[in-house]
This record gives sequence, C-alpha cells and structure tokens, in this order.
Amino acid sequence: MAEAKNMVYLALQNNEDARGIIEAIEEDNPHAEINHFPAMVKIDAKGKLVVNKATVEEKIGREWDPQEIHVSLISLSGNVVEEDDSFAVVRDN
Amino acid sequence: MSKKLNLRERYQRMTRDLAWEPTYQSKKDIYPQMDFEGIKIHDWDKWEDPFRLTMDSYWKYQAEKEKKLYSIIDAFAQNNGHLNVTDARYINALKLFLTGVSPLEYAAHRGFAMVGRQFAGVGTQVACQMQSIDELRHVQTQVHTISHYNKYFNGFHDFRHMHDRVWYLSVPKSFFDDAMSAGPFEFITAISFSFEYVLTNLLFMPFMSGAAYNGDMATVTFGFSAQSDESRHMTLGLEVIKFMVEQDPDNIPIVQGWIDKWFWRGYRLLTLVGMMMDYMLPKRVMSWREAWEIYFEQNGGALFEDLERYGLRMPKYWEQTIEGKDHISHQAWSIFYNYTHAAAFHTWIPEDEELDWLSSKYPDTFDKYYRPRYEHWREQAEAGNRFYNPTLPMLCQTCQIPMGFTEPGDPTTIGFRQSDFEDNRYHFCSDGCKDIFDNEPQKYCQAWMPVHQIYQGNCGGATVPEVLDWYHLKFGIDNFDYADSPDRKNWQAWKGLGDEAGADQEGEAAA
Repeated sequence: MAEAKNMVYLALQNNEDARGIIEAIEEDNPHAEINHFPAMVKIDAKGKLVVNKATVEEKIGREWDPQEIHVSLISLSGNVVEEDDSFAVVRDN
Repeated sequence: MSKKLNLRERYQRMTRDLAWEPTYQSKKDIYPQMDFEGIKIHDWDKWEDPFRLTMDSYWKYQAEKEKKLYSIIDAFAQNNGHLNVTDARYINALKLFLTGVSPLEYAAHRGFAMVGRQFAGVGTQVACQMQSIDELRHVQTQVHTISHYNKYFNGFHDFRHMHDRVWYLSVPKSFFDDAMSAGPFEFITAISFSFEYVLTNLLFMPFMSGAAYNGDMATVTFGFSAQSDESRHMTLGLEVIKFMVEQDPDNIPIVQGWIDKWFWRGYRLLTLVGMMMDYMLPKRVMSWREAWEIYFEQNGGALFEDLERYGLRMPKYWEQTIEGKDHISHQAWSIFYNYTHAAAFHTWIPEDEELDWLSSKYPDTFDKYYRPRYEHWREQAEAGNRFYNPTLPMLCQTCQIPMGFTEPGDPTTIGFRQSDFEDNRYHFCSDGCKDIFDNEPQKYCQAWMPVHQIYQGNCGGATVPEVLDWYHLKFGIDNFDYADSPDRKNWQAWKGLGDEAGADQEGEAAA
C-alpha cells in the first residue's frame, strides 16, 4: 500500500479561470504539493487544503464566491467544508 | 433572495424548506421502495449536504460551464480540430469511450431521476435531481463530440443501437443495468460511492489528460466539464455512505456488502480504461499501474482509513487488484487483438518504442509474460498469419468479460470459477465475480450474455459478417487491424503522409 495517511487533494483545470485559485491555494497551504498534468493541476496535501475567498479575490482583482470553484474543479478527495468565505477539503484522522 | 442570508440559511430556505409533511397519503405509500433493501433510516434531517448548492446557483454555474464548453466544441469543429490529434490511431480510444461510456451517462440520468423520486428526504432528492440533470448534460455534450468525429471516422455511426448489442459493450451496459435494477440505496452506493467516489477519477483524470496530450480538445473539454460535476457527485457518494451507517448499525453489513460488490464490478469495468491508457494513446500520460497507485491505493486507501471509524473496511479482494495492476491491461488488449474482427474499433501490435515503454512501466511482468506474446503475434502477422480467434470466448456470467484474466499468484493460468444454480452451470473469471453471483443467483442467471445469444441464433446469424450486420457494424470498414483500415488510409491522405491516395473528402465514414 502506498503512503495513504490522511491525504486530500483538489484537481483544477489548468486555465485562466483557475490560475488565481491555484495561486491562492499555493499561498495559503504551504504544506501542499502542486502537480502539473496536461490540462490539469492536482494539488495534494496532508490533512487539509483550504481555498480562501479573500486570497483568491486578491489574486484575480474582483469579487469571488467560493461556489465559483465548481466551474474549474475537476476532482477532489476529502470531506468538503463549504463556508461563506472559504472552501476546504479535510481528512483529520 | 436577500443578500443577507448566508450559505447555510440560503440552503435551508431553498432546499430543506421545499419539503412538506404529507397528509392525504402515508409516507410508506409515497416512498414504497424505502424498506425492502433492509436499510433503516430514522431521521432524514440528519442528512448533511457537503455542497450547499441551491437550484438557483446550480443553474448559474452550469450555464457558465455550458457556455465555455460549446464555444470550444464550435471552435474545434470550425478549425477541423480532428486533424490536430496526434494520430488517427488515437481515435480508437475515443470510439471505445464514446460507445461504451456515453450511453452510461444517459443511464445515470435515468437512474438518478428514479432514485431521487424514491428517497424520502428532501436534501437527497435535490442532490439526485441535480445529478440527474448533470448526467443528461454529459451525454448531450458527448453526442456533440460523437457527431463531429462521426463525419470523419468509422465506428461512431450508431452508438445507441450498438450499446444494446455489441459483445464488449455489454460489459459497461450490464454494469449499469445491474445498478438500476437494484433498490435505491444499492443504486446510490454503487454509482455515487463505489463508482464516482472510488473509481471515476481513473476514468476521467488520466484519460482526459491523455486526450489533452494527444491534441483532442473536444474530448478534454467535455471530459473536464463533466468531471467538474463529478466532484459534487463524489461528495454525494461519500455523504450517502456516512448517512446510512450513522442512521443504524444494522446498515453497516449491508453497506459493506454493496461496497465489496460494486468495487469489484467497477474494477473489472475499468479494465477497458487500463487498456486505453497503456495501448491506445499515441502519447501516454501515465500507465494503468501508476494511475491505480495514485487513485486507488493512495486516495482510496486514505478514504477507507477515514471510514474505519464507521465500521467499514477496504473492499473485499482489493489485494488482488494490487497484483492485477501489472497484468489486466495487457490481458485485455490481447483479448481485443484476438477479436478485433468483431469489434467497432481497430487494434494493432504496439510499435517497438511502445513495447519499450511498457517494459519500463511494468518491469516485473511485461518482458516476462506479455512482450514475447506480442512479438510472436507480430512475426506471425508479418508472415501472413495474422491470428484472429475464430471461436467465441467463454464469458464471465457477472462482468461479461471474456475469461482471460489469470489466477492470483499464477499469471500463466486462466482464472476459472463455477457455480451451479437450478439446472445450469455458470462460469466466472474470479472469486469476486463468483461471490456476486452466489449472493443473488436469481438475478444474474438472467443476464443477456452476448456469446450465448449468438449461439442461440438471436443475433442475426452464425457467421461474423451476419452478426456484425445485426450490430450495424460494417465488415471490412469498422473492424480489423488499424494498419489496413479506411481510417488510416484517409488520415494518410488528409495529412499528406505518403503513398495512400484516393480517400474521400469526408472519409468513408459517411455510414
């Protein structure tokens, strides 16, 4: 069995819409590992990955609703925690 | 809606508050399928939606996705995007996907409409309604892609008809029919959890990345657009499992049984994807083995560790998939190479450079078991003895794949199991498939087995051309090796690649 312990991930399209989101994730989740695939960016981390509304807005220079992530999200792993100002996947065992 | 409502309140108003307590009819009569599977639900309000998406936001974001998608599909068609794929050989992967998987999207649309009607909780109903609409969108976008490729390549012309008849398409078809003929709780465990959450990443992520790598923008676009809905579907699957096991401890063994069954069903189905990844992409992103390690061993492993607290364990026979990852794609391609005269796509022996890639990705098995086989077949073909298997294969009664998988621990012996039920004997490729049958023999003894049907005279006749005619496949055009196909001839002419003259402008695909 490969290393499994409480890994989570977010996979996003590799396009203009998602770029700000990816940069925000990178900034707010220093423990995350960013993996590039053709047309797709997969971000892996232990325990938790959070996307903060404020950071994304700073990157893209406009208001951003965390539910907009639906347009760019390809896949995820973890328990989803959806709030007004953030979107996260968590696995806390 | 007032701007002041936060996410939770908006969700409460726009979803939960849509329900009402019935007074003229009993709940039992309104939701007649809630009891027979043995699942006990005490309080539907305990259902926790992971995505608090309301219908108004749903339409907004889906419309945005659609706008993007169709502008790319339009641009692809206007710019003859099909000419930019790496090689026409690649199109065969697409043939398998669009004839095998796209009809499943439609089946999922129907399935979620059906179970959404049956569940007695409003949160679940709304989630199923959204998924039902998503799946309809997916099949529509894929039909647009079929429509474009059908103008230029063979094998796409009658995908609906083929899905109900062609021998290997019975593998995906029977998978979904099996789920849809189960009860609502089993259906949603099968599709939302075992398929969407545990396995669908293996279908979409490596394969769509592969499509991108091979210049197929139309497929990447529908693929990732569909996948963006998938993350909602996956979380629905996880929520369903947690909800059922939290509602009553009696549900745990039932749910575990379904996880065992549907993991194995899905694993067998995904053999076709493994074969696409390892053999059908001219430019390859990762091997099946690597994909299985990332998406099942690592990701699935983390998931099941997480589920231990609910009393659930890894699906039965998962260990066999760890051994199988080194074998199944090679075994499946070998089967199709044997039977490509009866298929709607073409096969080939990998080029030397591809054999080397397979050797490097499968260091423990490829050179020992599979490379010599391909080299032998290639030698025979070059000597004018291209081997097509003239005998119809024995099929596994459960997964319906020809019996070509080997025994765990013994890759030179074909796996074989059997069970007697009433006055008949049934055959299986594995312990996993046999267990599924033994648990519900009265269901699986009714399976429509393509080979049995041919031998019983129900498929147009006793010869390959007659059966292909009944499938609506064109003998000599849709089938046989890629090297001799009209697809290749057209491609060479369109791309100005040498000696092949005389292709039609629109190809010979106008069937």
